[in-house]
Amino acid sequence: MTIAPSLSRQQPAASVHPGPLLKVEDLSIEFGPKGTAVRVVEGVSFTIDTGAAVGIVGESGSGKSMTSLAVMGLIPSPPGRIATGRILFEGVDLLGLPRSRMPEIRGRDIAMIFQEPMSSLNPVMTIGDQIGEAIKLHQKMGREERRQRVVELLKLVGIPDPERRLGAYPHQFSGGMRQRVMIAMAVACNPKLLIADEPTTALDVTIQAQVLELMHKIRRTLNTTILLISHDLGVIADICERVIVMYAGKVVEDADVKTIFRSPKHPYTRGLLQSIPRLKDENTRLYQIPGMVPLPGTIKQGCPFFPRCPDRIDKCARETPPLLEITPQQKAACWVSAGATS
Amino acid sequence: MGLGGGDVMNIAVTGDDLVVVRDVGKTFSEAGGLVFGRAQPSVRAVDGASFEVKRGETLALVGESGCGKSTLGRLLLRLIDASEGEIAIDGVDILRLSSNDMRQMRARVQMIFQDPYGSLSPRRSVAKIIAEPLEIFGLVQSRKQRRDRVAELMIQVGLSPTFMDRYPRQFSGGQRQRIGIARAIAVDPQFIVADEPVSALDVSVQAQIVNLMQDLQKSRGFSYLFIAHDLSVVRHIADRVAVMYLGRIVEIGPKRRIYDFPSHPYTQALLSAVPEPDPETRKSRIILKGDVPSPANDPTGCSFHTRCPIAQPICRAERPPLLETASGHLAACHFAKPHPIPL
Repeated sequence: MTIAPSLSRQQPAASVHPGPLLKVEDLSIEFGPKGTAVRVVEGVSFTIDTGAAVGIVGESGSGKSMTSLAVMGLIPSPPGRIATGRILFEGVDLLGLPRSRMPEIRGRDIAMIFQEPMSSLNPVMTIGDQIGEAIKLHQKMGREERRQRVVELLKLVGIPDPERRLGAYPHQFSGGMRQRVMIAMAVACNPKLLIADEPTTALDVTIQAQVLELMHKIRRTLNTTILLISHDLGVIADICERVIVMYAGKVVEDADVKTIFRSPKHPYTRGLLQSIPRLKDENTRLYQIPGMVPLPGTIKQGCPFFPRCPDRIDKCARETPPLLEITPQQKAACWVSAGATS
Repeated sequence: MGLGGGDVMNIAVTGDDLVVVRDVGKTFSEAGGLVFGRAQPSVRAVDGASFEVKRGETLALVGESGCGKSTLGRLLLRLIDASEGEIAIDGVDILRLSSNDMRQMRARVQMIFQDPYGSLSPRRSVAKIIAEPLEIFGLVQSRKQRRDRVAELMIQVGLSPTFMDRYPRQFSGGQRQRIGIARAIAVDPQFIVADEPVSALDVSVQAQIVNLMQDLQKSRGFSYLFIAHDLSVVRHIADRVAVMYLGRIVEIGPKRRIYDFPSHPYTQALLSAVPEPDPETRKSRIILKGDVPSPANDPTGCSFHTRCPIAQPICRAERPPLLETASGHLAACHFAKPHPIPL
């Protein structure tokens, strides 16, 4: 890898912080005026170790994107508000930091790529200037050095003929190429944590394959810790070692990727896995989870999956199950899986 | 219905074929041809499409953005007019029908759209939306008859008739797609073009809609042209599959053949690119170089040669015809050979 030497020079010294890179504790996010606010994320806790690739999977309204936006300090407020919890990044609570400190952390320590690269890129600024800007915000570097760096980054993300493409504008790039530019921008300052929110959802399948390949390469060459948000279990299985499943604003299961695909413990995870059509089998009938995802704030007590659950017992209607340890590698928020019987 | 009379030519069809498409093409050119004073190139959106849809079957049309699959779907319903070719539905050449006769034909062909938000009028109640085709074709006489029929249709698509006076915004995405389906089946069509009907839906809702579409087909016997980019969904719903690239069908055949023995390198790459929800099988992907070229800039010879991993000089020079590689299985490649993809 030709870019590796100079990029790794930029790499920060190994973190002195002993614990996990990111620790989210009891995070709740609500929207709307106090008193009538609706909780879209409730009591979410998880950790991400340095170097890991963790996926959050869930359907629309599960709270997965809100959780990642909260880590970036990007919850629109008002109307949104973090109601409870802590977000510890290398042991420092990001929620306790003054607002003015976040821009410093964003981009340098934590960077994010979004689903729609076109709306995240500035249409009237050249690709080179936009990536250069990301570097300029956080690193002191001369003009020429910075230009070299941008060329290296474009090479890293597989933009052909990077020296010439520096002067191009976003509209001159295809969707896949724009996502590559977004990734170049995100890794420009070697962030410790890269949050990717549905990075391939808007892309065609052959282009998605290219971008997934690129994410593997980023991990290999830069050692970036990855938090991947996706509705697509195929994409999660490709990139991540651990999966967090969210449903109706809560974490319902958290386990390493092989365990979750082989023996899911939460009935929602099981239903989700069974309802995905697979390339391998043509069993013509798909499993369907009955009913619909509840609207935020409509389930006041008990397990949020209770109305749709095939395994429910009386206890589930009354008491909300916390995330219970089933094995050391697997946690599920389910009374039944944890051994309760009616 | 008075179809096929007069000077409308009937195309000979075998009993099995409901829709017959022959050499259909569509070129879009800018009216006036000038934007900001520059001549706009015409775009060949569909080129030389020939295939059949059998009675009661689902033919899936797959391909990536811009391959012309949606345009082809609209051509079959004459929502846009073909530049050339012949399209017969139940023996009637629809391209030669007068607009009046075509209106009658629309009772037999219907469409389901991807976006249940954009395709339902926000200011009309669900009852009005579903009843619209019934009224256009004079299939209901009284208000009571209309409401009964709407209730019946709502039950068939899994909606409670008590919601018939509500508006689309009061429904979820999956329910809205059910409304779109109820409207499509209201006139008892023989042929439904479904354009990415489940792409905008969550996984668990997608399974519900796919199952519903299959159940309705089983009980009513109509045919689907199922336009999709998701090859896993297609594996579940299709009987046969056609793969499009840059406006052309590059491979077509029975589902099993296409999935187990894809013969065109593009089909092979498409299938190998699908990320499988299984962390324990790392499949070797064929990663294609670059992007799909612009249809305004169609490459010479085989239009796939710019990205093809096995391209030879002949591929740049000569366009390969769609030829049979096995019974009912055709591929347009100079080097087509069945290649099992390790799925």
